[in-house]
Amino acid sequence: MPTSTVNHEAHENPALLHHFATAEQQKDAASLGMWLFLITEIMFFGGMFCAYLVYRYWYFGDFAAGSSSLNLTLGTVNTIVLIGSSLTVALAVRCAQVGNKKAIVVNLVLTILLGLAFLGIKAKEYKDKFDEHHIPGQSSFFLEGHIPRHPDTPVNQRHAQIYFSLYFAMTGMHALHMIIGVGLFAFLTWKAMKGTYGPGYYTPLENGGLYWHFVDIVWIYLFPLLYLIDRHP
Amino acid sequence: MPTAVLETGERETYLNREYGIKSWLLTVDHKRIALLYLMGITFFFFIGGFFALLIRLELLTPAGDLVQADTYNKLFTMHGQIMVFFFLIPAVPAVLGNFLIPIMIGAKDLAFPRINLLSWYLYIIGGLLMVYTILNGGVDTGWTFYTPLSTEFLKTNVVTAALAVFVSGFSSILTGLNFIVTIHRMRAPGMTWNRLPLFVWAHYATSIIQVLGTPVVAIAIVLVALERVLHLGIFNPALGGDPLLFQHLFWFYSHPAVYIMILPGMGIISEIVCCFSRKRIFGYKAMALALLGIAVVGFLVWAHHMFVAGISLYAAMIFSLLSYFVAVPSAIKVFNWTSTMYKGSITYQTPMLYAFGFIGLFTMGGLTGLFLACLGIDVHVTDTYFVVAHFHYIMVGGMVMAYLGGMHFWWPKISGKMYPEGWGRLAALLVFVGFNLTFFPQFILGYMGMPRRYWDYSHSPEFQILNVLSTAGATILAVGYLLPMVYFLWSMRYGKPAPDNPWNAAGLEWMIPSPPPTFNFEHEPVVTWEAYNYDEIKEEVPVAH
Repeated sequence: MPTSTVNHEAHENPALLHHFATAEQQKDAASLGMWLFLITEIMFFGGMFCAYLVYRYWYFGDFAAGSSSLNLTLGTVNTIVLIGSSLTVALAVRCAQVGNKKAIVVNLVLTILLGLAFLGIKAKEYKDKFDEHHIPGQSSFFLEGHIPRHPDTPVNQRHAQIYFSLYFAMTGMHALHMIIGVGLFAFLTWKAMKGTYGPGYYTPLENGGLYWHFVDIVWIYLFPLLYLIDRHP
Repeated sequence: MPTAVLETGERETYLNREYGIKSWLLTVDHKRIALLYLMGITFFFFIGGFFALLIRLELLTPAGDLVQADTYNKLFTMHGQIMVFFFLIPAVPAVLGNFLIPIMIGAKDLAFPRINLLSWYLYIIGGLLMVYTILNGGVDTGWTFYTPLSTEFLKTNVVTAALAVFVSGFSSILTGLNFIVTIHRMRAPGMTWNRLPLFVWAHYATSIIQVLGTPVVAIAIVLVALERVLHLGIFNPALGGDPLLFQHLFWFYSHPAVYIMILPGMGIISEIVCCFSRKRIFGYKAMALALLGIAVVGFLVWAHHMFVAGISLYAAMIFSLLSYFVAVPSAIKVFNWTSTMYKGSITYQTPMLYAFGFIGLFTMGGLTGLFLACLGIDVHVTDTYFVVAHFHYIMVGGMVMAYLGGMHFWWPKISGKMYPEGWGRLAALLVFVGFNLTFFPQFILGYMGMPRRYWDYSHSPEFQILNVLSTAGATILAVGYLLPMVYFLWSMRYGKPAPDNPWNAAGLEWMIPSPPPTFNFEHEPVVTWEAYNYDEIKEEVPVAH
């Protein structure tokens, strides 16, 4: 590098890229980039939340009927699983900060397992929907019953399909983000096993964690909006 | 430290440091990636332009005789999709922005060089999907993918076209993200926000739109694809879904996208006008704020594309009023460029000719935009050639003029060679004349009531004369666009070597060699001066080369 006159740290810190002056500048840039990326994700999911808002307002009764057909137990378990995985991610970052390299790997593996558990449970829920003929756009679609607390009003089958369209689009897009996250954490685990992360350098862990927390928060919104419409014990 | 010298005795630059296809396809140098983009963007510009010429040829006669109606639908659809998503949106940011932003702020590279390369690959993958769509028979949704036409009725390649737009959108998001972080975190010591060139401010405003807007059109288009493939019913009126919702989501991005196209062009014009007037920009802060103002207000006007689509009258009135507000920052920009030139020592090199063209045509496009923001007139001219002429004045008269002006202005820096000035001026003149001849008649056509997107107007033969003028203009325009490509390529081999600062311009990019070394600066620069300090530069612009 013929022009590197400001790159004093380059020899001491192998993680420092050539175009940054200091490790701090590099970390700041990576964090800002990650937060901006999360903003784009908010806008991305925002489009679907917007659609949800409109149709829930229009077809509230049919949305409530669709919501009641979901498996509340599995949804609740999944919420707990996901919050647990956010804890293990946070712990992994903390372990990096204090230099406990073995515990980083343990926590990352736990995160992956919890993520896979979530996806497994979600797959079970999807399968149930197929078995119950709750798949929108299929001629076999039928949501039996009536609108909750309105025993005289049968479910509007067309509007119920919009509920399930949103259900599959939103949870499907969320699950896709989970799958990407699991892949990401597999990579981070591999790097952590090589001892890459420690108190001096843990930016990728932190940013991976931010992504995971974001996906978690999306679910924190999806759960009540999709599972808990007009539910009463 | 002395400049690095190659074994051949030449000075080492980003162009000659390495050779071979691998050194280009795996490069993380922002300047090389800019050139990679330049190739892709030029390719798609001429593909899109080819479709435009076929459209103009079909409209030469009132009868639908050159192509079938279905083919015509595909032509204007693919012209629109290619030009918008593969030329207008990426062109200035990904080529000139990529090349110049790190240099203008005194950095060695963008904050994320590998993500920069990734966004080029995403652009190419999206482009290949688009090419596949064309070769597989095309798509005829109109560039807007309106539902339920796109989801329920058409049998053409909607899904691959949607994927192409989705993937290229990802590329656009990553470019914007990279620019924002770079401008925040990579500025050289002394390069304060108030010293940033307006080119950088323009890209900052653009990037905000890219980051906030693009994901929304991405999800809208994903939902269209899901409706086609999995038969979800979010926009399907047969299930009680609302096609208007799609239009809202689509225009929430696609109106601000107009500002993604035009704001970087405004940045270019500010640089050019100052240099060739030898004056500091008039009202620097107002200019920077106007850029941000357009970006912010631009997010609040999208429903003016839907005035006749059945939105509520009250919503329409508010969106109409907000649309007028865009004129305020836009007018500030035009006034300030004019004031910058006032009593300036103006010379008429090619970039400045394009700048003149931009200011005039952008003003025309902007003012006719006010007609369209007005509810009563919009109802009259919606979906006529008046609209077509209006947005081409902004996109072609504005953005493409600025892009070409910028390419001429910075070509000596990019390539290290001077382009032939005489040919440059001739091409600028052809583009200006050809453009006006193509699109001015379309204002009249639209006002007379000729609808857009019709391939046959044999019931109204009185439209023909204006259509003939328009087609004649389009052929002149085509020559005007081909010329620069030819002499730019020619100059790479035969052009005179460019001095480091051929225009005696201000700005960090002119203080380093042409073409720049790989890491731009030998020493990290320390900035102690304001942008556009032309009162401290005594030399004039050298006479034509």
